[in-house]
Amino acid sequence: MALVRITSPHARGNNRTQTIMLWVLGATLPGVAVMTWLFGFGTLINILLASCFALAAEALILRLRKRPVVFFLSDGSALVTAWLLALALPPYVPWWLVLVGTSFAIVFGKQLYGGLGQNPFNPAMVGYVVVLISFPVEMTTWPAWRGIEQALPDLHSVLGLLEALQRVFLPGSVPTIDGWTLATPLDVVKNNSSLTMDELAASGQPVFGSLGGRAWEWVNIAYLLGGAVLIYKRVLSWHAPAGMLLALGLMSLLFWGGSGSDSNGSPMFHLLSGATMLGAFFIVTDPVSGATSSLGRIVFGAGVGILVYVIRAWGGYPDAVAFAVLLMNLAAPTIDYYTTPRTYGHRKAERGMGKAD
Amino acid sequence: MQAAPIKIWDIPGGIHPAEHKHESTQRGLEVMPLPARLVLPLQQHIGARSEPVVAVGDQVLKGQLLAEATGLVSCPLHAPTSGIVTAIGPAPFPHASGLEEWAITLDSDGEDKWTDLEPIADYQSLEPATLLDMIRLAGISGMGGAGFPTSAKLKARPEQKIFTLIINGTECEPYITADDTAMRYKAAEIVAGIEILMHILHPADVLIGIEDNKPEAIAAMRAAVGDRAMRVIEFPTKYPSGGEKQLIQILTGKEVPSGGLPADIGMVCQNIGTLLAVHDAVLLGQPLIKRITTLTGDALTRPTNVEALIGTPIRDLLQFAGLQPDKLYRLVMGGPMMGFTLQSLDAPILKTSNCLLAGSIEELPPPPVAQPCIRCGLCSEACPASLLPQQLHWFALGKEHDQLKRLNLFDCIECGCCSYVCPSSIPLVQYYRASKAEIRALDLQTHKADHSKQRFEHRQARLQRETEQKEMDRKVRAEKAARIKAAKEAAQPSETETSAEATTDVTRIEAHKPTGLTPEQKQLKIAAATAQMALKKAQKQIAANPDNVDLQAQVPELEQACEQAQRTFDEAMGEVSVKAPAPPSAAGADDAKRLKIEAAMARASLKKAERAAGDSPTEEQEKEIYALREQVAVADARLPKDEAPRKPLDESLKKAKLDAAMAKAALKKAERAQSENGEDAALQEEIERCRAQLSDALGVLEQAEAKASQLETSQQRAEKKPVDETTLQLKTDMATAKASFKEAERAVQEARENNADTGPAETELANSREVLDKAAKAFAAHMASKETN
Repeated sequence: MALVRITSPHARGNNRTQTIMLWVLGATLPGVAVMTWLFGFGTLINILLASCFALAAEALILRLRKRPVVFFLSDGSALVTAWLLALALPPYVPWWLVLVGTSFAIVFGKQLYGGLGQNPFNPAMVGYVVVLISFPVEMTTWPAWRGIEQALPDLHSVLGLLEALQRVFLPGSVPTIDGWTLATPLDVVKNNSSLTMDELAASGQPVFGSLGGRAWEWVNIAYLLGGAVLIYKRVLSWHAPAGMLLALGLMSLLFWGGSGSDSNGSPMFHLLSGATMLGAFFIVTDPVSGATSSLGRIVFGAGVGILVYVIRAWGGYPDAVAFAVLLMNLAAPTIDYYTTPRTYGHRKAERGMGKAD
Repeated sequence: MQAAPIKIWDIPGGIHPAEHKHESTQRGLEVMPLPARLVLPLQQHIGARSEPVVAVGDQVLKGQLLAEATGLVSCPLHAPTSGIVTAIGPAPFPHASGLEEWAITLDSDGEDKWTDLEPIADYQSLEPATLLDMIRLAGISGMGGAGFPTSAKLKARPEQKIFTLIINGTECEPYITADDTAMRYKAAEIVAGIEILMHILHPADVLIGIEDNKPEAIAAMRAAVGDRAMRVIEFPTKYPSGGEKQLIQILTGKEVPSGGLPADIGMVCQNIGTLLAVHDAVLLGQPLIKRITTLTGDALTRPTNVEALIGTPIRDLLQFAGLQPDKLYRLVMGGPMMGFTLQSLDAPILKTSNCLLAGSIEELPPPPVAQPCIRCGLCSEACPASLLPQQLHWFALGKEHDQLKRLNLFDCIECGCCSYVCPSSIPLVQYYRASKAEIRALDLQTHKADHSKQRFEHRQARLQRETEQKEMDRKVRAEKAARIKAAKEAAQPSETETSAEATTDVTRIEAHKPTGLTPEQKQLKIAAATAQMALKKAQKQIAANPDNVDLQAQVPELEQACEQAQRTFDEAMGEVSVKAPAPPSAAGADDAKRLKIEAAMARASLKKAERAAGDSPTEEQEKEIYALREQVAVADARLPKDEAPRKPLDESLKKAKLDAAMAKAALKKAERAQSENGEDAALQEEIERCRAQLSDALGVLEQAEAKASQLETSQQRAEKKPVDETTLQLKTDMATAKASFKEAERAVQEARENNADTGPAETELANSREVLDKAAKAFAAHMASKETN
């Protein structure tokens, strides 16, 4: 009777990395559904393409690195990266753009640093920024949403599946339909310098919905819902999202600028436009590239929120979640040094860069 | 007299693992049948191993002392039943390492016959110190986990009054129900034990903390406490509430300072089992020989709690509980969170063994392969000490010990919550254990290295002191010699002055040897050299023809010219100020040379004169020789010091010799004249005078010789220090002390290597070190006093 020799604890919880990853994927589903409803099959095609490319890239590098391929593929982290990137890309972008973004995210953003757990930057955001800078036209071409024809009857809305596939796989063959794309609400507000907010709302282009940016408010609410489930299931801690949303809300309140032409938009507009909620619950919460302690996560989230607003209001891009997250990723180790919790039996926390004495 | 309901504090983190407690509480408290053989390890507690007081073959009674405590933190060991000691030596031991440990093996005689017991009914009349002694002699150590000797724990901080006595009935680990069972069935005894501790400590408050998953135990304890000044406190179940630090936080909101003891904040925490043992020790007079142990797990058909004798082999216990060997996969001593796996069923249970968990593979499956850490932070949410386990993991992997210390690795209580919640199933606690051991080993090494360095530095300092001392001695000797020399020189002022002058000039010229010269300076140098050459030539000619008056007249002129040339040159070199009062007769190296030449010349003419005089010199010749000898002596004396190494003392000796020789020669001549000229009164007188002169001269010579030899011996003596008896004695003492110190060191080393108790050897070492220190100090003091004398 050979008895095993294993160190304590002998009891083990049933939580697994795969479980966490699957929960994250599942929590994006409300957002995916809303985006598909609003923009058509483009989002789903993005997800499918990105998943395939990501798994292929991950498998390739794991093979090169002589790591067990199935073991690491099954942790689900590559899929999460792929989905988050796919959701950030505009629907109907050409397939090669998805390939470039995803493989850059997996190969350069993750595997070259040593794989899961070792990457200092959020891989999905690395991939996103690479394609955003490299292919600005494709990356800013957002289709008009379902229901736009009621406000602007001459605009096309959602494409059919065949047309969608054509647009994705044979981008050259389909002529650019005039009036098919539309500036996002954030774009409109950013570029507006002559109209007051009321005039903007009353103008030909329907920018504002009842809460935030028209149509985008529903996307954001869906992601908020998914995020709430993750926090409820304790897959995520509330600290980073709360930090980001509070900071963004506070910044947009402080620099609202009223309803005049130089207004930066209301807090509600900022919270429910662009990638705010996707970022708050799915990007900022990435544990690998974020801060570790609870306080650190609040600081990290707040930093992202502030940077998002700064870039939106005064920077060169209408949305800024990716840049803000990458910048804060740089700061995460430093944040960790200054947010160490107080250990039991110690009068105060050991903080700062100093070594133990 | 129940006080106001106490506030229950929450602890950070914690987990809620499946409890699995009901399995073992169904059969109440059973009594284990007497085993045939008991194995009693000598190390059942934290601290020094106990020392056997019985021998193999001894017949012992139940409760008889088998091994006594060694040192303050140690515990005696008693016979759990009557029987015969069959072995004392390495035996199976319940430890994670699976290594054996020294143990007394006792074969039961089946009679279970008690030794004479001395129960104390009226303990209130005893002093606390007496009661503490009873607890110590009963071999009671903490029965919850660590096994710290209880009496030592109760008086850990004698200066600190204990305000709160906390009774730990938490039992937060899954599966374990030993304390639960004890509280259910032995509440009265537990309360009696608490009262004994209250009599010892006089605490202001007594809190009995029990998790709310043990309602029967809570009810039983409440009933037993009645209206005594104790409070039974029920609080929510959460692992690890039963940790001493955590329980203190839950019940009082206070935290035990890092690295400190509960006594530092006026608290003492005691385990339920320990209280039972205290009750038995005082009121029944029984030493600690039994305990309640939980036997549980899927591999047992009838999991239960038993009252078992310490030293009962695990095999007997598991068989009692219906072990199914083919189902047993993992055998854990302790709970599933902090227990350790056992390799063998032959090991016995100890005073600290509260649970045996015989798990099947389905119940305690092997952990899945660890995945990379994704820093999800679930571990830091679960950590009851508010550490950052994921950061500790990274730094443990990288062996960054400074960072580990910065993140307070040593405040980790190894409760296992982090490992439990880790989604990547990383064995975090094991990393921390390994890192702690590594750091401890390194610290020990550093400590040793520091010690060696200190010793080396002290040695260097001592050598330095010795060197300085020698240097000082040398100086003192040199000064003495110089004084003697000065006294001598005072007798011959002219000679020393000349030579001193010559020396100064030589060194000065040497020091100012021109290096880089301008053309002008070169020219001047050549002129000076030419003048010097002319002077030398003239001097040589004079030496060849001492009677040439013209040449002799030329010499002063040449000397003057030479000197002028030299001065001009020196001026050009910008050194006129240094050179200004140059004596006319001395011109540096050339001067020294000249003196040499003169001396040589004098010596040559002396030799010539001696040769000419032959064996029978005339009176004139003798006079000449004498004069020449004097010239030679003077010339030699005038030579620079390094050229004339003879000491002034030698000069006087020489002179005395010379005088004596001259007197002898004069006497001989007079005698010869007398033999030639027959009896002559004048000659006779001359002879007498010469004889007197000779004897005088011989006397002077003798004196001079005596002086010279005296000086020599005194010098020798100064070099070879006389050793007086005290010094010798002190030196011997020191050497003896050193030898015994070395021996003690060796003994400690040996003890360490044999893994034996180093205590006595270390005491010996300390003693001998003290003796050595004293001897060294006495010696140093003696030497210092001698120096000042």
